[in-house]
Amino acid sequence: MNRRIVVVFSILLLLVISGIPALAQDEFVFGVVLVGPQNDRGWSQAHFEGGKFVEENLENSRMLVFESLNPADAPETTLMDVVTEMVDEGAQLIFTTSDAFEEDTDPVAEAFPDVTFINVSGDNALTGEAPPNVGNVMGQMEWGKEIAGCAAGLATQTGHIGYLGPLINAETRRLASSAFLGARYCWENFRDGDPADLQFDVTWIGFWFNIPGVTLDPTEETNTFFDNGADVVISGIDTTEAIVVAGQRASEGEDIFAVPYDFTGACDEAPEICLGVPFFNWGPAYLDIAQRVIDGTWEQAWEWVGPDWDDLNNLSTTGIGFIFGDGLDEEQSTQLGEFIDLLSEVANSPDTPNTFNAPDAPEGLDIVAPNAFALWEGPLAKQDGTPLAEEGELVPVLDVWYLDQLLEGMNGVSN
Amino acid sequence: MRKNQSLALQLALGIAPIIISLVITAIIILVVGADPAEVVERVWSGAFRDLTSTARVVNFWLPLTLASIGLTITFTAGLWNIGVEGQIMVGALFATFASREFASLPTAVVIPIEIIFAVVGGMLWALLVGVLKTRLGIHEIFGGVALNALADVGTIFLVSNAWAPATGATAQASERFAPSTLFPALSGDFPVNWVVAIVTVIAAIVVIFSLRGTRWGLHLKATGKNPRSALLLGVPTERTALSAFAACGALAGIAGAHRVLFTFGDLRPLASGGIGFLGLLVVLLVSIRVLWVPLATFVFAAIITGSTRLRISLQLDQSLAGVLQGTLVLVVILFQGVRQRLEQRVTQGDGDEPQQSFSPISAEMTE
Repeated sequence: MNRRIVVVFSILLLLVISGIPALAQDEFVFGVVLVGPQNDRGWSQAHFEGGKFVEENLENSRMLVFESLNPADAPETTLMDVVTEMVDEGAQLIFTTSDAFEEDTDPVAEAFPDVTFINVSGDNALTGEAPPNVGNVMGQMEWGKEIAGCAAGLATQTGHIGYLGPLINAETRRLASSAFLGARYCWENFRDGDPADLQFDVTWIGFWFNIPGVTLDPTEETNTFFDNGADVVISGIDTTEAIVVAGQRASEGEDIFAVPYDFTGACDEAPEICLGVPFFNWGPAYLDIAQRVIDGTWEQAWEWVGPDWDDLNNLSTTGIGFIFGDGLDEEQSTQLGEFIDLLSEVANSPDTPNTFNAPDAPEGLDIVAPNAFALWEGPLAKQDGTPLAEEGELVPVLDVWYLDQLLEGMNGVSN
Repeated sequence: MRKNQSLALQLALGIAPIIISLVITAIIILVVGADPAEVVERVWSGAFRDLTSTARVVNFWLPLTLASIGLTITFTAGLWNIGVEGQIMVGALFATFASREFASLPTAVVIPIEIIFAVVGGMLWALLVGVLKTRLGIHEIFGGVALNALADVGTIFLVSNAWAPATGATAQASERFAPSTLFPALSGDFPVNWVVAIVTVIAAIVVIFSLRGTRWGLHLKATGKNPRSALLLGVPTERTALSAFAACGALAGIAGAHRVLFTFGDLRPLASGGIGFLGLLVVLLVSIRVLWVPLATFVFAAIITGSTRLRISLQLDQSLAGVLQGTLVLVVILFQGVRQRLEQRVTQGDGDEPQQSFSPISAEMTE
């Protein structure tokens, strides 16, 4: 056989073989930028799992993750650098999953106009500050926190609940307040307690997670709650200190409970004293967004995604959920179930007026938002006594979103 | 003959730790299931694949070098200026103040003002450590740690109150700076902070020269080696120590200005990002030989910056670059110890070995 032919054939064959992956490389690459570690059993891990869900359900998709992007853990890099690398690797869609990235996402998105950016928990798409390739997504955690608060209200024996808050902003104020409303409702209606006897204390540690020397130490603050007579601590921070401390103290015989936050598996730290966990389930929303980006139908959107009321814990459909913890007894579980039904009724009833009103939102913006939140109903006042809603009046959902003070009846600073 | 032998030994002792730490890291990479060659390739391409990525290395190298050069001064004077981190932050705070107050002035005027403010801020914070030490007898490590924490708390307070963004405080960052007050980039393709680059080069030359050939340099060394005898010999040790703090704080302050007025474009908590601590490590690693500092900081900046790409494209754990750094530092310091011992043997025979306590400058003394 002619040797030259063999050589040419081999080369051709090699080219074809090496070309196959290139042809098959019609893959969809998306990036997920996390503010904390991907295995923090809290906020960041929930986003990481959301990305995994997309990978599993979208053929030929690949996730790029960058974890712990914050000045303390990654001083050498910025969101711009990380995004540059991700786009280099082929990313067409990038989730910036923290309010810490809200400001930086806009200029970065301007630099990469062909890439879609989703800033989680922000409102720059709603206010019109963001360039057209930036959308926002957030879960309606207000429901989850109300359920968390209710569980605490059902379980407390001392009538004293601690709320371990991160830093102070509108999001954290409205979530702490939702937990308070849930606790007060269930204390009053299932326990026949006097609302005046319910003590609800909020401590802000100063950041989403512990930074030694900078924030208050969440372990210490949780201990302080328990030392001062609280017997349930609800966590509002990204990490698991509250339930860890509660678990340790309970193992020494104390009758106390905790409600962790953010992540489906958060109760695993100390299941027996866990009353349950309100969690974010980003997968369905992420998948939906990715599909729209692939189809070319994605338009700028501000999405405040809700629970699947048919099954709060259906991980393929729900935006937020609540997993019942082993710390609830049978009666409490039943009561908590009733409470959830009540929320569901408000959320789904045609009688519930749509209180969403954003006159300044950019024209044509896709908006997903709830009509109203249960329990956010007058008479309600802010901490300084300013009325928030009159008797029978529902608080407009954007007033909840932009809540500028804690509610009357809560202890803790608002600013 | 003997001299040649020890030269070869020196060389071997210099190269061996690098090879050993690379081998250790390679083993770790293999254990976690990745390919070491690929890791090296990604780090390299992450750092140097084009002008933009190289600029990123330079922009991390600048504050690290400024802080490290400053630290060679305090180390020479025998001072552990762990407060350098807070000095970077206060420099950033003062620069932020200048950026906000003088935003109406033209860029060419406002930038020198910002640098002066940063210098003053860093210097004041460092002098505070110095005064606590010389007047109240509080060790500079404790004073430094306390002042670091205070700088962080102050930043968070300002960012969430007086300097909060108009759209609402989030405790994450201040209002963004007016673009005219930011340090300019050399060009779009090679976005390096050329102002601070020039300042850094000048600072490096001045410090190298001062430590080697001036009375001040001599005073620093004398104070560092034995403050009591230095004082007896007429060296104003207190003033020398304070001047060392002031000089280090000034350089750290400029590093802080670079972080907020170039890297971030706003003030944010922890903007110093541990660069000061990394600087301490670097300076110890090169045994306070100031000539080596810019090179060592460049290697660190390249590895750390390059690892961003490593993390994204190979999805390796973020701590891998840290492992490499840590191993390198440990092994190098270990070998410094070994070298010292060997040198003592060589110069003094096997007889009486003088007790030499470990101090950051002992390596330099033996040279």
